[in-house]
Amino acid sequence: MSTTKEISIGDIASRGSEAVSKIEGDKMALNVGPSHPTTHGVLRLIMELDGDLINKCEPVLGYLHRGDEKIAENMTYNQFVPYTDRLDYLAPLANNVAYALTVEKLANLVVPARCQAIRVLVCEMARISSHLLGMGVFGMDAGAWTPFMYTFTEREKLYTLFEELTGARFTTSFTRIGGVARDVPDGWLGRVENFVDDLPKAISEVEKLLTRNRIFLDRTEGIGEISKEDALAYGLTGPNLRASGVDLDLRKDNPYSGYEQYDFDVPIGTRGDCYDRYLVRIEEVHQSIRIIKQVIKNFPSGAWYAEDAKKIFAPPKEKILSSMEELIQNFMIVTEGPQIPSGEVYFEAENPKGALGFYIVSKGGGVPYRMKIRAPSFCNLSILEKLAPGHFLSDITVILGSLDFVMGECDR
Amino acid sequence: MIDEEFSTELLGNHPYLSHRDSIDWLTVESPPEKLFQFLQSLRDLHGFDILIDLTAIDHGEEHENRFSTVVHLYSLVHRGYMRVHSVCSDNDNPAMPSAAEIYPAANWHEREAYDMFGIKFTDHPNLKRILMWDDYPYFPLRKEFPLAGIDTPLPAADVAEVTDATVEPAPMMGGPFVSSGSGPMSDSEPRAKDESWTEEMEKGT
Repeated sequence: MSTTKEISIGDIASRGSEAVSKIEGDKMALNVGPSHPTTHGVLRLIMELDGDLINKCEPVLGYLHRGDEKIAENMTYNQFVPYTDRLDYLAPLANNVAYALTVEKLANLVVPARCQAIRVLVCEMARISSHLLGMGVFGMDAGAWTPFMYTFTEREKLYTLFEELTGARFTTSFTRIGGVARDVPDGWLGRVENFVDDLPKAISEVEKLLTRNRIFLDRTEGIGEISKEDALAYGLTGPNLRASGVDLDLRKDNPYSGYEQYDFDVPIGTRGDCYDRYLVRIEEVHQSIRIIKQVIKNFPSGAWYAEDAKKIFAPPKEKILSSMEELIQNFMIVTEGPQIPSGEVYFEAENPKGALGFYIVSKGGGVPYRMKIRAPSFCNLSILEKLAPGHFLSDITVILGSLDFVMGECDR
Repeated sequence: MIDEEFSTELLGNHPYLSHRDSIDWLTVESPPEKLFQFLQSLRDLHGFDILIDLTAIDHGEEHENRFSTVVHLYSLVHRGYMRVHSVCSDNDNPAMPSAAEIYPAANWHEREAYDMFGIKFTDHPNLKRILMWDDYPYFPLRKEFPLAGIDTPLPAADVAEVTDATVEPAPMMGGPFVSSGSGPMSDSEPRAKDESWTEEMEKGT
């Protein structure tokens, strides 16, 4: 079966030098990553340095490429939901929702109000959890350890709530095409409300540690400035785009899942530097809290899945076990997949990292013909080649931290 | 607003375009030789500021024109999307003009489309693979490429020399459960991709 080989790793350890050897004169080449704490995953940067200044920076991607788009062509729509967990793995619930909404748009299916409310609720909780981590590690990248501890404590409480709702802390796989996996448990909404009531206190602790911190300001203000024009040209989305002063939030501009009912503000930056991106994220957490409170206050009753979509949504277990028709319906959906009409559709949702888009080409039946995942981190990172030159090497950690990307989504 | 009026005017101004029916956004098809010019006017005259996405589709080997590209644009003025299809005329050497000069965002998207489908974007500033490694010999999202992958030399020749290792196809034993999506139900229901071997019974025995 398995065999063991002895190999000498001396030469192998010095690999990476091929990129380094080409530069002449006083310039120095520096390879960072793919395994380096600064790069938040497996991003690799090949940089040309002039002393401490970056002359050139070339990101190398693909170390986490798993071929999600190829896999999607080989399985039914519902089978792909767990793969969406692993895109932006810091906000899996938001990915689940974006994916389900895309397929439902292709099927021209509108889910009931209760289902929409559950989805908005989990999306905003995912946003809070993603931003909490983003701000925490950003502080750490700039040299502040403590805020990370505060944000992680809060994030842990969120994961406990996720676990109660979905059965999993990280890989939630919560949505189905035409609904969600299950209704909210008894008393869960109250616990969410308690959590968001306490959250502003924890955020203010983090703010006290960072927002007016002299060292933090020195490290982030005026660093990594992205102009409005550049942000648009490079296709930035989400908080990174808004920090550069562009008023674009898909929840407002192309409302989905009932976002138009909720009252919230969209924070916009002025300068587009690392500090602005941090401030925008802090404010987005406060706005998410506002949305969550409104959702819970007017939580709709009724069905939590599309009852009339007999060829798309498999009924709940208790109905399958007691009724012949539902048993057949479940069997058909499991074996053949949800029946989606042919056509093409593009939909993007405002995820914590930016606009997560799915482009689906269907030829009918239960399997997509082609699925493209438009990953916000992929687009946000493409500006790095332009952004990094002219900065000091030590600024790279702060710039990467402020862009708040996830390689699982970038490489797909 | 991207409405009937806007689309009539756009099609009138650019007679080479053809309209395609779509359930969501305004969709047009542009011939490849006019694509660059058309995208430029979309950005400069019609307010489409952001290139949201650029990708390709493989319509299958049996299809007359096998490859096509799709561009999605977003406009801050109209607060809506637009989709531009272009069909590659040559199946063996598919090519398309690069939009990276107009929208820098297209740079990486085009590299990805090249990496996955082998579509050459002419005048691209840096057309090389982005997700797979530089010497990778296949285009994985083409329809004939198998899901499990193909046995390929390691990207690092020095490691391969010492270890004799290659990039092997993913073991499909016992999963993933994939669906063909067509044919009789006995074929189309989800099943393990490769049932010819199990943990007890080795491959090829």
